[in-house]
Amino acid sequence: MTAAKMKNSVLSHGGDWDFELLQRYDKEIAVIAKEYGLDTYPNQIEVIASEQMLDAYASVGLPISYSHWSYGKEFIQNEEAYRRGMRGLAYELVINSDPCIAYLMEDNSMPMQALVIAHACYGHNSFFKGNYLFKQWTSADAIVDYMVFARKYIFDCEQRFGEQRVEETIDACHALMDHGVDRFHRPSPLSAEDELHRQHEREEHAWKQYDDIWRTLPQKAVDKAGAKKKKRNFPPEPQENLLYFIEKYSPTLEPWQREIVRIVRKLAQYFYPQGLTKVMNEGWATFWHYTLLNTMYDRGLVDDGFMFEILQSHTNVVMQPGFDHPAYSGINPYALGFAMMKDIRRICEEPDDEDRAWFPDIVDKDWREVLDFAMRNYKDESFIAQYLSPKLIREFHLFAIADQHKEDHLRVEAIHNEAGYREVRRLLSKQYNRDVLIPDIQIYRYEHMGDRSLTLRYNRLRDRPLTDDATEVLKHLSRLWGFTVTMEIYEEGSGVVDKVEVSPA
Amino acid sequence: MSMIIDRRLNDRNKNATNRQRFIKRYKAQLRRSVADIVADRSITDMSRGGEVGIPVKDISEPRFRIGRGGDREMVHPGNKEFNTGDMIAKPKSGGGGGSGSGGEGQGDEGQDNFMFTLSKEEFMNLFFDDLELPRLARTVLGDSQQFTYRRAGYTPSGVPANLSVPRSVKNAMARRIALTAPLKRELEELIKSGGSAEEIEALEKRIERIPFLDEYDLRFRHRVKEPKPISRAVMFCLMDVSASMSEDKKDLAKRFYTLLYLFLSRKYEQVELVFIRHTSNAEEVDEHAFFHDPQTGGTVVMSALDLMIEIQQERYPPNTWNIYGAQVSDGDAFGSDPQRSAMRLSKDILPWCKYFAYVEVPDSPTTITPLAAAYSQIRESSFAMSTVMDRSDVYPVLRELFQKESV
Repeated sequence: MTAAKMKNSVLSHGGDWDFELLQRYDKEIAVIAKEYGLDTYPNQIEVIASEQMLDAYASVGLPISYSHWSYGKEFIQNEEAYRRGMRGLAYELVINSDPCIAYLMEDNSMPMQALVIAHACYGHNSFFKGNYLFKQWTSADAIVDYMVFARKYIFDCEQRFGEQRVEETIDACHALMDHGVDRFHRPSPLSAEDELHRQHEREEHAWKQYDDIWRTLPQKAVDKAGAKKKKRNFPPEPQENLLYFIEKYSPTLEPWQREIVRIVRKLAQYFYPQGLTKVMNEGWATFWHYTLLNTMYDRGLVDDGFMFEILQSHTNVVMQPGFDHPAYSGINPYALGFAMMKDIRRICEEPDDEDRAWFPDIVDKDWREVLDFAMRNYKDESFIAQYLSPKLIREFHLFAIADQHKEDHLRVEAIHNEAGYREVRRLLSKQYNRDVLIPDIQIYRYEHMGDRSLTLRYNRLRDRPLTDDATEVLKHLSRLWGFTVTMEIYEEGSGVVDKVEVSPA
Repeated sequence: MSMIIDRRLNDRNKNATNRQRFIKRYKAQLRRSVADIVADRSITDMSRGGEVGIPVKDISEPRFRIGRGGDREMVHPGNKEFNTGDMIAKPKSGGGGGSGSGGEGQGDEGQDNFMFTLSKEEFMNLFFDDLELPRLARTVLGDSQQFTYRRAGYTPSGVPANLSVPRSVKNAMARRIALTAPLKRELEELIKSGGSAEEIEALEKRIERIPFLDEYDLRFRHRVKEPKPISRAVMFCLMDVSASMSEDKKDLAKRFYTLLYLFLSRKYEQVELVFIRHTSNAEEVDEHAFFHDPQTGGTVVMSALDLMIEIQQERYPPNTWNIYGAQVSDGDAFGSDPQRSAMRLSKDILPWCKYFAYVEVPDSPTTITPLAAAYSQIRESSFAMSTVMDRSDVYPVLRELFQKESV
């Protein structure tokens, strides 16, 4: 390394930082990031104190959000844990917005600040800008404005209709938040201004259209004949976006409540890609802070002390304890993601025979192009299915276990050997499928000509039941719907096996 | 180019509202927790914050989730000895992934209670929320210490901060019209009649000289100080310290008065307290002696009531004071004392007393003490009685006696 060192002067020594130094580090990192071809939104780096970090945590990482008790709960929880020393604070927090807002904590040392800048402002930032899911599902340039609108709107509702009613509505929406996303078609982009305008127009229209005289007209005989027509199912296709369906078709919601449903739905949609790209997103950001800072070191911009601190912190972040370790809590997305990104670079640069057999289309290619393509076009599930190499399976000592509820033993399905690589990879990839985490529940029938009851269907996979919470969620749903809500438990092959019915109180 | 912003000076309490919402939502549970804490605390240590807990299941937010059971596969790292086809006994808890991993099970069990710390302010608010002195009249003009400011029109003098621009400009306009109108008329006539250019010019100059804004146009907003009617109240605290009052009972009595004292001093700035303790005779004591000095002897309840009347007549005329009384006793009284005391209370005290609360600390909850028997004859609505058997009763009884009346 020393041989490659150019005649650059070290930017700073020791841990102290000031704003001028931040500026210089950021400038150097930006230069290197550009050389590597990272495409980012402009950065807005905000230095905050630890209490402010606690605040930022609570509102799910958005710089602004509406008031709700659950954020208070989150805040209290974090504050307590932090105060008792049970948990440190994250070094950074970055928001998928344009400009990309990243928070730096004032207590961090200079090397840590540089790490965070590289990780968040160039790593995450370029991921937000490039990944197809973020491009399709989020509007980075509008989210902050939209949240300002949402906060104000909900505040106004509280003034007009009372905190209690607003809170009940939000509670119910939050319970259904995981089911507020259209997975299969692209949503319209956000704009706070349009939103406000559209909502005004709707109210105005309803108000102008009201005319009491229509009520007094006698019903036409034809109508009665028409009613005999064949009963058709509504909706014609099952609807997976529960919040959208409620917003559009709930027979009882008032206009302002529909707006709140919509706000929560938009929020759910904004967070949707993050849940699907945890491994990739963190892996990408970690890979880039590692690569960028090492390049700085190679160029003599930072000293050994700086690098020691970086490597220590980096090593902690990418640690993966084994399944029998007390600290184990599942696969660490930083560890897996970083290892995979680094592995892809290795396969491109120094492939061995195994890699040539497994990844014929990426060996000896320019690693930057391959990584960039992967970042843009995959989510965790497909990324793992595509790029997890046998070498990594061996390194992580991955093994798959099958749990059949009718058996009293667990069976080891596959381990890191020739026979097991593909199976381990397939099963690990499946683990990141959204359907494994979030149950597949769809609106099946709305008796819009009858008693207005709503029927949902839980497509149960392999006998996996819902938790007891489900009844509570149904209560929330029936509160929003205003009429009886039924959930059928449907199992492929055996049909509807069970039913839960909830009527509004 | 990145923008670097220093936000450290920004507001640090963004979540204050959310925190308050949370506390408000779980008020009932928290109050229970608060009451438990107070029952355990020493008397001198009442007014502090404290750690409270809420059952976790009460605050969980429901979602549709996939639960345990059914068939699934899980991939874990760190395999050391397993080979394909190995069978492993299922862990008893039926652990999350069914992997035999200790880690996953632990995360789920967690604490039963969501514990957090209330600040002193929050603690006290929860504690005394909804309590109030009944029938408090807010009509008395107090010691002229409290004032409100009221708007009282405009004055020609004042500080610049109070300058009323619209008023001042209006005045200026009126003055200008009044002063220029005759001159302009004159000018018009002069022009019509063909006056000399010098005369016209002189007249025009005169018109010009009239200032746009003059000092006596200025008007200032005027505000007057008015004494504010306040509610002055006095609370008579009557405590039995006779020999039959054991240490336990005295502790209960003192706890009751401590809470009462905290409640009053917190919610009402203008409440005076009179401490009377009695054995066979009564004496007025200061706060310290009331709570801390040992004293013992026989029992004559009447003596305390007599002293209360005496003090009231001396210092607290009922037309300018809201008068309250609270009495704690074990109910032991002899001979005609209970009957006479009850009579004295209903005839000579209740007519000018807004509210009188009697709290009994008897030996057992079933016995009816002589004093309670006599007091139970009192029918006035301004009288209330209740029983405290245990430390944990003190706070609920206080709440019961001073519950805010629903409108």
